[in-house]
Amino acid sequence: MSRAEQSRVAADARPAAPGFAASAWLVAVREIMVRLRSVAFVVSTAIIVLAALAAVVIGSVVSANAEPPGVAAVGEAQEALAGTDELRVVDAADTAEAEQLLRDGEVDAIVAPDALAAEIVPEAEPGASPIGLTVIGLDGPAGSVVQALSVPPNVAVLDPSDQDPGLVYFVALGFGLVFFMSALTFGQIIAQSVVEEKQTRVVEVLLSAIPVRTLLTGKVVGNSLLAFAQIVVITGLALLGLAVTGQRVLFGELGPSVLWFIVFFLFGFVMLAALFAAAAAMVSRAEDVGTTTTPVTMLVMIPYFLVVFFNSNETVLAVMSYVPFSAPVGMPVRVFLGTAEWWEPLVSLVLLIATTALAILVGSRIYGNALLRMGARVKLREALGS
Amino acid sequence: MLQLDHLSKSYGERLALDDVSFTVAPGRMTGFVGGNGAGKTTAMRIVLGVLEADRGTVTLEGRGLTQTDRQRFGYMPEERGLYPKMRVLEQLVYFARLHGWAPAAARRNALELLERLSLEERRDDKLETLSLGNQQRAQIAAALVHRPEVLVLDEPFSGLDPIAVESVQQVLTDAAAAGAPVLFSSHQLDIVERLCDDLVIIAGGRIAAAGARDELRESHRSSRYELLLTADAGWLREVPGVEVVDSDGGWALFDVDADATRQAVLRRAVEHGEVVSFTREQTTLAQIFREVVR
Repeated sequence: MSRAEQSRVAADARPAAPGFAASAWLVAVREIMVRLRSVAFVVSTAIIVLAALAAVVIGSVVSANAEPPGVAAVGEAQEALAGTDELRVVDAADTAEAEQLLRDGEVDAIVAPDALAAEIVPEAEPGASPIGLTVIGLDGPAGSVVQALSVPPNVAVLDPSDQDPGLVYFVALGFGLVFFMSALTFGQIIAQSVVEEKQTRVVEVLLSAIPVRTLLTGKVVGNSLLAFAQIVVITGLALLGLAVTGQRVLFGELGPSVLWFIVFFLFGFVMLAALFAAAAAMVSRAEDVGTTTTPVTMLVMIPYFLVVFFNSNETVLAVMSYVPFSAPVGMPVRVFLGTAEWWEPLVSLVLLIATTALAILVGSRIYGNALLRMGARVKLREALGS
Repeated sequence: MLQLDHLSKSYGERLALDDVSFTVAPGRMTGFVGGNGAGKTTAMRIVLGVLEADRGTVTLEGRGLTQTDRQRFGYMPEERGLYPKMRVLEQLVYFARLHGWAPAAARRNALELLERLSLEERRDDKLETLSLGNQQRAQIAAALVHRPEVLVLDEPFSGLDPIAVESVQQVLTDAAAAGAPVLFSSHQLDIVERLCDDLVIIAGGRIAAAGARDELRESHRSSRYELLLTADAGWLREVPGVEVVDSDGGWALFDVDADATRQAVLRRAVEHGEVVSFTREQTTLAQIFREVVR
């Protein structure tokens, strides 16, 4: 048997080369494991999750205080208040018992006919109220009880807005902030990880094992999965918080826009990750990574500032919701506002996916051309050339 | 048989490789020798597909190399590199798996190599905590952990202590004995000389000499001899065709113009007194190298 044949036989014992997906997945799993073992990553994620949890807890404490005020009803007031579900009514046998209930803090106020009220508070003026009832507070007027008993006038709006402007501001800020923070954090992580492989020269060993596209795909997939998981946890906690604290109305209104946000985030982040990886591949040292990733960082920051300053500007939001870099923030806000037709998110999503595909193509070209060029920063034109 | 055929590569204006051709035979250790910037690393990167040649081809058993073929190469780049914060064993298993090995087999390969390279005690340490020599061993393990069919190693011996050099030598000769073509570059010409079956000398991007080590030695054999007599050797200067380089009493170092002159010198030496030794100076790889590179 010739030596060449021997080496062929030996080769048969070796496993077949893994396919694109299997190799990319190996790279992705390594990325994820490295992140999960990093103390900095675990701590920052824990802080974000704790912040989301705190929002839920504070929300539920606030809503727990919002239970209906209690009143002690005396005499004819008992009949007047019967059937009110905005008040917790305790029937008191006489004014003395009612006063005791109030002083003990069992109730927030006493509701009594004007005549009986004078027995408790001599200064109370009988006949001053058209309904003949007096509300007695302990150390101040019982506003919430008065409000519950008041008769509101008819309310109409000339040009109705679907959402409360304050709420819109917070929702827009929420989407903007979550996108901005996650995209920036994981964008920087992927950039650091690319330049680390280049700086430590492990990239040459990697590229002798797997094609450059496989390596890039694995890195983008791994980090996107982490970012996506973080987003799902945060939005999940926020929605859970709204549901648990009984703000079901808001939950129902926010639900669709949050779902769109998650879908848009997924593609938007993959696009940014490919660009961050390509930008990072152009430098050879971790210290220099900022010089090439700044333009990509801008792409992340601009939609955040736009949504903070222009969340009430229909035109700016409409443009934002179609520009792929800002669509992950702009479109969910418009869905929340109810100004987007049902097909608009779909069109915008198609645009985003097309741009993401383009970003991956351009990104992998830059990445492949620049990855083995050590030393000085690779010029963009050289990195794009064949 | 790994064959490089008319490879050319330039970086901008500079021609790094100029029509480079040579072969690396299976089961043979081939030493790749050249000065700094001579083109060794460029040639090796092209073989591995990490770099593309402007012209020329690299073939294995007569077929062009595909990504699948290259998966079966073991490569140690000139610029060492592994993940500094990853544990040694974990890292080796990762590289074996990238080459398609199942987790259990990858682990077995890695452990076996770590043991052969006397690195098993450090297997769960992060790479960055290892000494440079041990990092170098880990790098060699990373090149071999997937049981490559062809080995291409750029300076595998640099930075190793003598014991480590020996264990790495053993690992490489075993690979060659198993039928793998092994190509490695080195500045340590003594190691290359001792270890290699074949030699490739590159200078300024061109192949200056290539062939079996013994044949190269033969074709560059020395015409310099050393003579040690019990009596004075001053008569040597009068022998026609002899050029004395140095002499001291009974000892002399001289060049001869032909084999016949050498025989004449020996005869006269025997007549003049007792011959202690008469030897041809060994041609070292360093001498051959200087000669062909000049």
